[in-house]
Amino acid sequence: MGTEKIKENRRKFFKSSVALLGGTLLYSLLKPFELIAQNKEGAVKEDKANDTLWGMGVDIETCIGCGKCAEACKVENNVPKEPFYFRTWVEQYTVKNNGKVKIESPNGGIGGLKQSVPDKDIFKSFMVPKLCNHCTNAPCVQACPVGATFISPDGVVLVDATYCIGCSYCIQACPYGARFMNPVTKVADKCTFCYHRITKGLKPACVEVCPTNARIFGNLRDRKSNLVKFLQKKQTEVLKPHLNTHPKVFYNGLSSEVK
Amino acid sequence: MEEHFQHLYQALSHVDGYIYPNEIDLHWGLMIVLYPYITGLVAGAFILASLERVFNVKVLKPTYGLALLTALAFLLVATLPLVSHLQHPLRSYEIFMTPNPTSAMAIFGFVYLWYLMVVLLLEIWFDYRLDFVIWSKKSTGFKKYFYKIITLGINDTDEKSAKLDDKLGYFITVLGIPSAFLLHGYVGFIFGSIKANPWWSSVLMPVIFLFSAMVSGIALVMVIYMVVSWVRKVKIEMPVLDTIARYLLYILIIDFTLESLDQVHRIYEAEESFDIIKVLVGGKLNITLIYMQVLLGTIIPLFTIGFFQVYKPSEKIRKTCYFLVGIMVLIGIFFMRWNVVIGGQLFSKSLSGFTSFNAVYSGLEGYFMAAVWLILPLLILAFLLWLMPPWKKVSFQG
Repeated sequence: MGTEKIKENRRKFFKSSVALLGGTLLYSLLKPFELIAQNKEGAVKEDKANDTLWGMGVDIETCIGCGKCAEACKVENNVPKEPFYFRTWVEQYTVKNNGKVKIESPNGGIGGLKQSVPDKDIFKSFMVPKLCNHCTNAPCVQACPVGATFISPDGVVLVDATYCIGCSYCIQACPYGARFMNPVTKVADKCTFCYHRITKGLKPACVEVCPTNARIFGNLRDRKSNLVKFLQKKQTEVLKPHLNTHPKVFYNGLSSEVK
Repeated sequence: MEEHFQHLYQALSHVDGYIYPNEIDLHWGLMIVLYPYITGLVAGAFILASLERVFNVKVLKPTYGLALLTALAFLLVATLPLVSHLQHPLRSYEIFMTPNPTSAMAIFGFVYLWYLMVVLLLEIWFDYRLDFVIWSKKSTGFKKYFYKIITLGINDTDEKSAKLDDKLGYFITVLGIPSAFLLHGYVGFIFGSIKANPWWSSVLMPVIFLFSAMVSGIALVMVIYMVVSWVRKVKIEMPVLDTIARYLLYILIIDFTLESLDQVHRIYEAEESFDIIKVLVGGKLNITLIYMQVLLGTIIPLFTIGFFQVYKPSEKIRKTCYFLVGIMVLIGIFFMRWNVVIGGQLFSKSLSGFTSFNAVYSGLEGYFMAAVWLILPLLILAFLLWLMPPWKKVSFQG
């Protein structure tokens, strides 16, 4: 067998390997453009100012820590009742006279939060309802390997339960501890702003049941909404702003102790 | 599920300080400790093989084939703990079908496939093709058919074809070094890019993962070389061991420096998360970090091999020490992965408290399963060594 024969053999082998590899590579490179091709030009340029962008305001000054929101959420969204799974919960902060901060949230606040520190030791105390912040730069959406979690056109971070592979990477990526692995569906679970309700013109369950209107839900782009009025009147803050996640949940009365 | 809840109730009673209520469960357990560990062994073993080939370190020749087959055996298993950890393992192919381009994890499938199919399999194939042709004529039964098929019909045995194999193999090796760097540096990025977790979020993470991978891979090949030589009843060549150990020393120094730099940086900057990390290192990670990773896995091996560079005791003592050092390094790197993966989930992202890791023995996430994933590659390696023993290869280069 001469060198020519070898070369020919190798050439064939390489040609087919390269063709196969190149083909696969080209396909995966072109695939993302498919969406652009499908988009009508007008749809891309459409003015977004009139679209809905959901958000929430939380008024720490009015929250009484009754935990009704956390309870209603579990019922409404079929969240397992065990105390390890919460789409929303309420934290009780107690700053003691000695400067120490005690944070508690037994069973997410369901059943009402009770003060465990004697009155004489308390400097100040307040309640902080927590939920998914529906970040504009959501780290969970960035991290999901298959794109099962996404931001809806109206700004809500959702999980496609039929698509999630259950790798938990989004849970690791969420700085707020707002996600959990649902033991029943075995997919990542989180607050949806009660998407099934808000798309029908209803309020999220937690907002609906709050006796003191500590949660204000609305369209951030609607200047007449209660939420925009709340943002106008109050000095609001977001959680962990240094992480640049741009939450759409805004807090009034947020103290520096809140983590 | 009831059992799982019981574990969580138990963990709930051990919560220290305040953690977000969803954080009681550790979402990444032993399987995710194994994933960077096994991938690291692959990258490290491959880089050792490449050293011999690309930088022409002739003394390491006896370990070249061994290192490549070790890398292959472990690479074949690398994804299994990952997939078994998924809550929906049957959907895992979606990572290939619709990868999210912004996800650090999504690209793993492609990096893995590139490494397995293009780098490792091709390199081994070019390295063995001639031997497959020759062996296919000499063998009988299963081996004969296997060799015949694996030659892919390219049956040339003359010197020119062997030279061509060698040239192409060399090219793949050169391509393989950055690929091995990519494979493991990338695994580090999966953790290092999580800004939510201050224990992980570090720009040094990919580099640290890479060097610790090299450390573990080199130690593994060193140990396997000794064990295989004992089993084959052939003499262990001391220059081989001394050279591998020297490389281990160099890389270990770099690795230790990088990890120390990372810690010094944390301590000096003392950011918001520092208080809780200080408690983590001094408490929950005390044994696995200070004793297992740093003392057993780094300091003792560093001093032992370092000492051998200035004073060489008898071969017998050196051999025993190298073997022990190899094992210690392997244990140390395992705990390095442990400290990253488990350690990063023990403290709350509220930076106000700790949960605890509940070790289980049975089940897909348990110790027994972990042992299976660590023993399986060794069985695969034994099979590969039986099927294509590097020491029986014909070499035109002499």
